[in-house]
Amino acid sequence: MGKTLSEKVWDAHVVRQAPGEPDLLYIDLHLVHEVTSPQAFDGLRLNNRTVRRPDLTLCTEDHNTPTLNIDRPIADPVSRAQVDTLRKNAAEFGLRIHSLGDADQGVVHIIGPQLGVTQPGMTIVCGDSHTSTHGAFGALAFGIGTSEVEHVLATQTLPQARPKTMAVTVTGALPDGVTAKDLVLALIARVGTGGGQGYVVEYRGDTIEALSMEGRMTICNMSIEWGAKAGMIAPDQTTFDYLQGRPHAPEGDDWDAAVEYWKTLRTDDDARFDREVVIDATQLTPFVTWGTNPGQGVPLGASVPSPDDFADEAARSAATRALEYMALTPGTRMRDIAVDTVFLGSCTNGRIEDLRLAASVLKGHKIADSIRMLVVPGSARVRVQAESEGLDKVFLDAGAEWRAAGCSMCLGMNPDQLKPGERAASTSNRNFEGRQGKGGRTHLVSPAVAAATAITGHLSAPADLAN
Amino acid sequence: MDKFTSHAGIPVPLRRSNVDTDQIIPAVYLKRITRTGFEDGLFSAWRADPEFVLNKEPYNRGTILVAGPDFGTGSSREHAVWALQNYGFKVVVGPRFGDIFRNNSGKAGLLIAVVDQDVVERLWDFAEQNPGVEIEASLVDRTITAGGDTYPFQIDDFTRHRLLEGLDDIGSTLQHADDISAYERTRPSFKPRTIPVRTAG
Repeated sequence: MGKTLSEKVWDAHVVRQAPGEPDLLYIDLHLVHEVTSPQAFDGLRLNNRTVRRPDLTLCTEDHNTPTLNIDRPIADPVSRAQVDTLRKNAAEFGLRIHSLGDADQGVVHIIGPQLGVTQPGMTIVCGDSHTSTHGAFGALAFGIGTSEVEHVLATQTLPQARPKTMAVTVTGALPDGVTAKDLVLALIARVGTGGGQGYVVEYRGDTIEALSMEGRMTICNMSIEWGAKAGMIAPDQTTFDYLQGRPHAPEGDDWDAAVEYWKTLRTDDDARFDREVVIDATQLTPFVTWGTNPGQGVPLGASVPSPDDFADEAARSAATRALEYMALTPGTRMRDIAVDTVFLGSCTNGRIEDLRLAASVLKGHKIADSIRMLVVPGSARVRVQAESEGLDKVFLDAGAEWRAAGCSMCLGMNPDQLKPGERAASTSNRNFEGRQGKGGRTHLVSPAVAAATAITGHLSAPADLAN
Repeated sequence: MDKFTSHAGIPVPLRRSNVDTDQIIPAVYLKRITRTGFEDGLFSAWRADPEFVLNKEPYNRGTILVAGPDFGTGSSREHAVWALQNYGFKVVVGPRFGDIFRNNSGKAGLLIAVVDQDVVERLWDFAEQNPGVEIEASLVDRTITAGGDTYPFQIDDFTRHRLLEGLDDIGSTLQHADDISAYERTRPSFKPRTIPVRTAG
């Protein structure tokens, strides 16, 4: 029997196998940020250990960093201490770091692909659950905790139990106005937040093949939101074209050898998945969340559901709690929900294509008086690229704020937060209670819906603007 | 890591599903650079409510958390595990857990005991009807004993072995340094390195 894509990548990284033990996997790239690493470096010092492969390690500052006044010291002393700690650790252990103000600084999952250190067939880890983003290149990429960060720093390996495999096959053309974000939100609403637990998922089918790398990254990024260990997409010409010429992409003979290998990274015809999910893309519409987990979503054209709509008792009580927290009444049309904040950014939707899409909707419009819109590029280079295309002018002319790169309001570790009771349409990945600020309420949306919503002041799609 | 064989303590019924790690500890509490001091952040939004279970005697002295399905989903923050441990929890019982949270717990020495939902319901009822009465989780027997009833729980063999022996994962792996070096010699030359630095600028 043949192998799936994830099995091929897994098998190519097994350092050691022993009965009754998890496989010991080699890690090709370890991405490090300031929040989940300080205790790991302390552990190394405590045990007189060193970093085994500084040349397979890359640090950046993203979670705490401000998006205003980045030329000044970070105002919050606790955030500043955490960032300074990463700088000191990088210096002590000889690690590459892209600090605030550096041309390559940005959200860890944006800068890996941008630098070309994210490549097909690699194993990639980071102390961050959205590491699944890198699976868009056909890499096996997953989030780890701080103890595992320390383990990778010390050994460049991780003991891992072999996961099950799942295929999500998507076929048909996405209708106009429907994006990769809508597709993944619709998928999560269908399978539930626990639907992927224990699986590495491969997204496949002609809809996926037609997506840009940015769209593929959006989908793989949210694999963790339905519990999957990782999400992957087989590399193809779109992948190779994206990578060629990037700073760390192979060159010359190495490029040819790499592409030859990358082309083998496809699920064999006779391979079997442990589970399959099939989605008809032609039936999708813009999709938004109403609740407090990413599975609590509906089409934009639908209404807020009632707890009675759910057969399962746990889902019913979760819906009751979510409606209370979100201050929503069953039966309210999603389009009638007014928001006061729009956040465009994050590792889910902070890439150049996302900014282009939102700008194309905003061009020639003003955002509603009631709206505060933050546009936060995923990296310093995305920001520069957007400015070279004049996108910053479009956002500023529309009345939005044009900020520096970072995680920002996706998780509100820096000053970009919702106030209690504020309601956001957000292109990020989590609508958890308090995620964007204590008492804040989040509706997850695509960049297109975010932009249209900023103009009308209530949840909207670009198609609504013509009416 | 300390060895874990069994633990007896007061069970705390947390009657909620989908308790993600942002609920266990919000991001604003993640700025410490130690493994200690996270207890104040534990369930911080909910602890503002006087009716929240951890604000009530005797549950505020509880050490075994009985959770609903999909506990610990979302963010990879190990701080969620540390916050539970810093508060005093030794065991979390539940029907389904986020993968990364469960992994992190195993590494940090917090026992994750997986049981069926109907066992969770019975433990919730027991904890509410017998406030302050201790239950026992035995890792040796893989059981939870509450009153006269004993329920089996699931945990993978390897994690159980590591917890029982209190093994240091990194130390174990470093015993195979030769295997790692041998693997490294087979890595193709086209695999990227982050040093020396290359940049588009």
